[in-house]
Amino acid sequence: MQAIADKKGVKRYLISLTVNGDEYSPVIKGNTLLVNLLRDELDLTGTKKGCELGDCGSCTVLMNGKPVDACLVLALEADGSEIITIEGVARHGELDRLQRSFIDNAAIQCGYCTPGMILSAKALLTRNPHPTEPEVRAAIAGNLCRCTGYVNIVKAVLDAAEVKA
Amino acid sequence: MIPSTPADQKPKSIPRAYSHPGLPEPADKNYAVIGKSKPKIDAREKVTGQARYTADLKFPNMLYGKILTSPHAHARILSIDTSEAEKIPGVKAVITHKDVPTLKYGIAPARWDENIFCIETVKFVGDKVAAVACIDEETCYKALKAIKVEYEVLPAVLDPLHAMDADAPQIHPEYPLNKNTEIHQNFGDVDEAFRKADYVRTDFFIGNRTYQAPLEPHTATSIWQDGKLTVYSSTQSPHYFQYYIAREFGLPMGNVRVIKTYVGGGFGGKLEPTGLEFGGAVLARLTGRPVKMFYDRAEMFAHNRGRHRQYMKLTTGVNADGRILGVHADFIMDGGAYTSLGIASAYYAGAMLTLTYDFENYRFDMNRVYTNLPACGAQRGHGAPQPRYAFEAHLDNIAKELGIDPMEIRLRNARKPNTITPNEFVVNSCEMVACLEQARDLSGWADKKGKLPAGRGIGVATGSFVSGAGYPIYRTDLPQAAAMIKVAEDGTAATLYTGATDIGQGSDTVLCQMAAEAMGYTYEQMKIVAADTETTPHDFGAYASRQTLMSGAAVKEAGEEVRKQLLDMAGEMLGLPAEQLDVRLGKISAKENPETALSFEEAARTFFVKKGPLMGRGSYAPPKLGGKFKGAPVGTSPAYSFAAQVSEVEIDEETGVVTVLDVWDVHDCGQVINPALLHAQVHGALYMGMGESIWEEVRFDAKGKIQNPTLGEYRLPTALDMPRVHSSLVPSYEPAGPWGVKEVGEGATLPTMGCFRNAIFDAMGVSVNSLPLTPEKVWAALREKRKANGEDVWDPLACECFLE
Repeated sequence: MQAIADKKGVKRYLISLTVNGDEYSPVIKGNTLLVNLLRDELDLTGTKKGCELGDCGSCTVLMNGKPVDACLVLALEADGSEIITIEGVARHGELDRLQRSFIDNAAIQCGYCTPGMILSAKALLTRNPHPTEPEVRAAIAGNLCRCTGYVNIVKAVLDAAEVKA
Repeated sequence: MIPSTPADQKPKSIPRAYSHPGLPEPADKNYAVIGKSKPKIDAREKVTGQARYTADLKFPNMLYGKILTSPHAHARILSIDTSEAEKIPGVKAVITHKDVPTLKYGIAPARWDENIFCIETVKFVGDKVAAVACIDEETCYKALKAIKVEYEVLPAVLDPLHAMDADAPQIHPEYPLNKNTEIHQNFGDVDEAFRKADYVRTDFFIGNRTYQAPLEPHTATSIWQDGKLTVYSSTQSPHYFQYYIAREFGLPMGNVRVIKTYVGGGFGGKLEPTGLEFGGAVLARLTGRPVKMFYDRAEMFAHNRGRHRQYMKLTTGVNADGRILGVHADFIMDGGAYTSLGIASAYYAGAMLTLTYDFENYRFDMNRVYTNLPACGAQRGHGAPQPRYAFEAHLDNIAKELGIDPMEIRLRNARKPNTITPNEFVVNSCEMVACLEQARDLSGWADKKGKLPAGRGIGVATGSFVSGAGYPIYRTDLPQAAAMIKVAEDGTAATLYTGATDIGQGSDTVLCQMAAEAMGYTYEQMKIVAADTETTPHDFGAYASRQTLMSGAAVKEAGEEVRKQLLDMAGEMLGLPAEQLDVRLGKISAKENPETALSFEEAARTFFVKKGPLMGRGSYAPPKLGGKFKGAPVGTSPAYSFAAQVSEVEIDEETGVVTVLDVWDVHDCGQVINPALLHAQVHGALYMGMGESIWEEVRFDAKGKIQNPTLGEYRLPTALDMPRVHSSLVPSYEPAGPWGVKEVGEGATLPTMGCFRNAIFDAMGVSVNSLPLTPEKVWAALREKRKANGEDVWDPLACECFLE
């Protein structure tokens, strides 16, 4: 990985990563968080910040297919990886079945947890296309929602699992 | 400990029945748009990540700002030195109390007690001392560290029960004995009621300090240009923000524009402007650049404005068959360092106790005290949920003593429609009895009560809430809500302009449904512009569960004005009197001859060509409500929702862990506009009530510092914690609401805590008299019970292994 130092000796690193299928080569600091790279540098503000401690899951993105809290991942660690954010879930304006199902099941209120929820659920359905209700609850247990009591979110994920991909 | 009441108010006679003069229930409820589960109008933006919240906004040349806060609960500021901070490259401004207006502010006008930055003393850990604006966030933290503040630490008031002691430190010199709000209300003759009663009982309960914890942290971006201040904010009320920001800076309201973006939840915590708006405005003026200010999660906990912890003594007299004759509520609440909305919280705590059960004699005493802890305010259900928990627990204690089934004692006392409470709230529609009966039947109460296996229990509780507060927070003759609708020139769309504030609960959606219904249009063609003080008409915003009824009434009037003008034009076009025409889902037809038809679009387009823009206007002001005694306005409302909850729990006797298995919520909320969103509100309110019941509590160390300012340690419930939830409705029609609507968003939070406590009481025969109902407390209560039964109980604290 290429590194350059500024006048004060603070290093910057050139990393390469794919976000929603597009390749980027940003220059970042060692302490830059993935969530800040996505939001501040790439303007992908669909990834939300709720706690910056890994408690709430609002910043969940898929890193090489696995859900991660982007506030706990250094941008450096994402070098060479494939990232999917909420902006990359719908294809050519067509909503993903999970997005459709969240709408149909009234699973959205303030919407702040929604991107992270959908990505955690997407990771679940990719590895387990027909989850049970406890499996759905376990998969989204790291994503806090303060509005819905999770009732309709669980229903939406189960419903989406029923729909043929 | 709790002072007794001076009998300063004479008993008065109140008519016991009342018939509301509002609109009668329509015979034909064949609605085209309302009553249907339409998808949320903002759903697509929210599932695709396109919805922009305040923190997502960027402006050219924008700076970042942070606030320096106090590390001490109570201290005198001796000096503040900002010189080192100012030298750091990238720091554009550093401000303290010397750079900002010193006018005191607060959301409640009776006690303006906050300054933008502390001047002489800091009053809690987290109080505002200074602020910086820098080129990026990282520089902000460097600058905050470089500000040198010298403090003289003062003794602090951390225990609300000792705040009124003569030798307690004084927090605000102008409020002796740290009394923030003192209430003594007396209705009927409680002493006489107790004398007549067959059984009088006193119980004591303690609530918990909880926090709204919306997922979106507060953010505000201020732009000051040509004498005009624009603030983008995560707010529940652009109007109150505009009013108080204008007041603080001496600006005409027309030069303050407050714009709500998408808001990631509020639950009462985003109702009042914060240091982010006030400090950010000054930084924006000084630097001439947009300034984005934001709290992190710990700072949100410190800013707080969450639920007050209440200490509640309840005495109730009943006759032998369990009819309530009189109630005395004697409370103390921990207000924290400032007033926030706490005066109203204090009044609400007592006022709302009279709603679900019908009794004539009531006395309410309250002291809201200042402490050196974060200020408390209005959290979902406002002051009412903890007293409701206490009263429902108290009532179960009474029922057990009298040998009456808890469901039965509630049915015997349940309020009826068209009645007046002792504190003079007019109740129109009220299906309390039907709610209880349905909850009883759905839960299988008769088969479960007293028949469940060991360790299991079933409990019931009730709740009721306002559908909008009868009076705004500051005194004004402005209407509660106003709305405008503009039909597009070709009639293919219509835009609703409303000051109503969607913070996730779905007001944008239900108000567009209501607009379409009133206009005879389709929901799918509606657009909305909301909650921007410059482009939308006045509305007080999202609090007190007011918008469906109040904003809805304004929207209905605006829609009906569009409809009338449209049908007049269609009449001209068809050569028929307008009265003979009807419009539904965008199709105009003659009532007698449905063949004669015209589209909404055609008539609207012709209207525009001949007469200009097709627009409708509406506004809503409630009738004059409430009695004449001190504090009478708090708790008044055009209409009240009612709810009953039954829950079934299972308790692990070894650990005290409570598992909630099922909850049945039955609500009387009038005509439903959007059933899917309505049930979702019940789920969320219940979830919040459940968190407060079992886990959530803000805890402090011995120096007043929050020990658990994170979502994990404060312990928000996760998807794994939620029980099965059954949300159900009873048919109801409210004459004071448009189409008969009432509130739902807060009401379902009210019964939950008492309901769980009563289910634990049923399961184990032990009463947990403080919130939250943690495993430790349940375990300790079970242990006490075993000891009282003469069982040999192992004391783990006496074990040698703990004596290191």
